[in-house]
Order: sequence, then C-alpha cells, then structure tokens
Amino acid sequence: MTVSQLINRLGLTVYTSHDRERNVIGCYVGDLLSWVMGHAPKGCAWVTIMSNINVAAVAELTDASCVILAEGVVPDDDLIDAAKRHGINILSSDKTAFAVCEGIAKQL
Amino acid sequence: MRRHRKATVTCSFAEELIYDIAVKELSLNILDIVQNSIAAEADLVEITVTESEEALILSVKDNGYGMSEEILAAVQSPFFTTRTTRRVGMGIPLLKLEAEQTGGGIDIVSRQRNVCPDCCGTEIVARFNINHIDFTPLGDMIATIVTLMQGAPEVDYVFTHIKHDRSIVLDTRDMRLILGEDANLSDPMVLQWVKGMLMEQYA
Repeated sequence: MTVSQLINRLGLTVYTSHDRERNVIGCYVGDLLSWVMGHAPKGCAWVTIMSNINVAAVAELTDASCVILAEGVVPDDDLIDAAKRHGINILSSDKTAFAVCEGIAKQL
Repeated sequence: MRRHRKATVTCSFAEELIYDIAVKELSLNILDIVQNSIAAEADLVEITVTESEEALILSVKDNGYGMSEEILAAVQSPFFTTRTTRRVGMGIPLLKLEAEQTGGGIDIVSRQRNVCPDCCGTEIVARFNINHIDFTPLGDMIATIVTLMQGAPEVDYVFTHIKHDRSIVLDTRDMRLILGEDANLSDPMVLQWVKGMLMEQYA
C-alpha cells in the first residue's frame, strides 16, 4: 500500500507530502522519541501525538514512510518547515492512535 | 515502566554515540551530553544535579574547545550534528524537549579555545519542574558516572548531586592524587570502588 492509498482509505489530513507513492511497510506507534529512534522499522507509518520539530528528525533517522499525528494533533510550524525541507510526509487523523493503527492493520 | 528500561551501551563510548538508549531517564541523556564534551577534547567535565522541592537543575560544564555563535545557535536543532555519518544530532534537542515539556528550559554558554585558551569550554544548564507529569525521572546516576569513567577514563569528572540539604560528591582528580597519575580509572576494581563509594553516599 502506498502513502497515497493510506491517506484515502483512512481519510487522513495531509500537512506535508513529499513522496505519496512510497510504500508503507508496517506501522509503528510511540511518543518517546528516543525510543522510537531506536525501534521504528524502516518504511513504517509512524503514529504519534508528538508534534515538535524533533519528530521530523526521528522520521528521517528511521526512514519512516510517513508520520501520522493521532487525536487531531496539529504539527508545530517548525515541524512543517523541517518536514518540507527533509521530504517527510506528515499526516493526521482525529482518531486515537489505537484506531489509526487498527485502520492500518486492516489495510496491510 | 521503569523495569523495562533499555540502557545498553552498544559501542565503545568515545567512538560511537550511545544510540540504542531510549531516554526514559535523564541520567541516560547525561551520557549523550558528556559525549559532546569528550568530542570537544575536554579533560574536565563537571556534572552538577541540584534538586529542590520544585525543580531539578542539571548542569554539564566542560573545558573543551567550545563553540562559535553559529554552532551554538545550530546545536539546538535536531538536524545538526558534528558527525558526518548522520545528518541529525539528538542529544541537545532531546534534553531541551524534556526540559521544556515540564515548563523548564535549557541555556548553553560557550567560550571558544581560540578566543580564550584558559577559560574555554561549554556549560549546558537544563531546568526541570519536577512536579510536572511529563518530568523524566533522573534515574541511575551511579551507573551513569561509572559508564562515563569506563568509556573515557582519561577525562576527569566532578560529580555533585545536591539533594535538598545533602550532597553527594565524586572528584576523580582527588582519586588520581591517591591512586597516582598513571591510574586507569576504567579498571574494574576502581569502578567497583566508585560504585560502592557513591552508593554509600546515597544511602
């Protein structure tokens, strides 16, 4: 499944999009950035409620296919700027992290 | 939660950044910050933790070669690193995030060696509101100090932990006076002694 298909199927809001044709390989959820940094698998859709600039750095380090901000969290302006500069897809959903993960699991 | 903490130092300390550590405890973040001091050729690192009813103040001060104004501004960005293998450096940004999420913050003061050879170095001070729900617990300072000594034994460390009206102190310069200049601080016997000495002070 591509990021673009994920956006459509889960009805996600798009804040930044760089490569919508990128493949989504699995899903990872977590908010402790240092933990996510060491554990999120490459290509995953990363679900979090953190919304500061460090999210872009962690997404880049882990090479996540996209970041999904759960519970309607709005990204900080500098997160959007950094995501644009570094080519990271930042999406969001009004649903809980659990519901987002459940939605992804059904699509994979 | 704490029981599951992961704190494996995967590579030789001075070589590779402790990258497999999740900062569930501030003490692990200290390792990351001191790594910067060692990279800046510091031979003295002073780590001071001051705890009161409301606040925890962490200071890491070194006598390394310091940073220019430009680098000082850049290090707070998660996309800055002095290493070439990775585009992002997370030590300071994560400390900043942890401090700010409690309503605190960080301050960094730095003097460059080429400007002031006798007064060069960097001091990072992080302030935390310990009553905030997002406060990251300090964690195991004894393990942190021992890990530092093990990883970079040529550096001198002054560790002071002021806890309300008590203070816990370790100064490796004093240890060298007793053990002799050639003493290897990463010797298991030495590390074991340091561990015991700190445990006694914390008891």
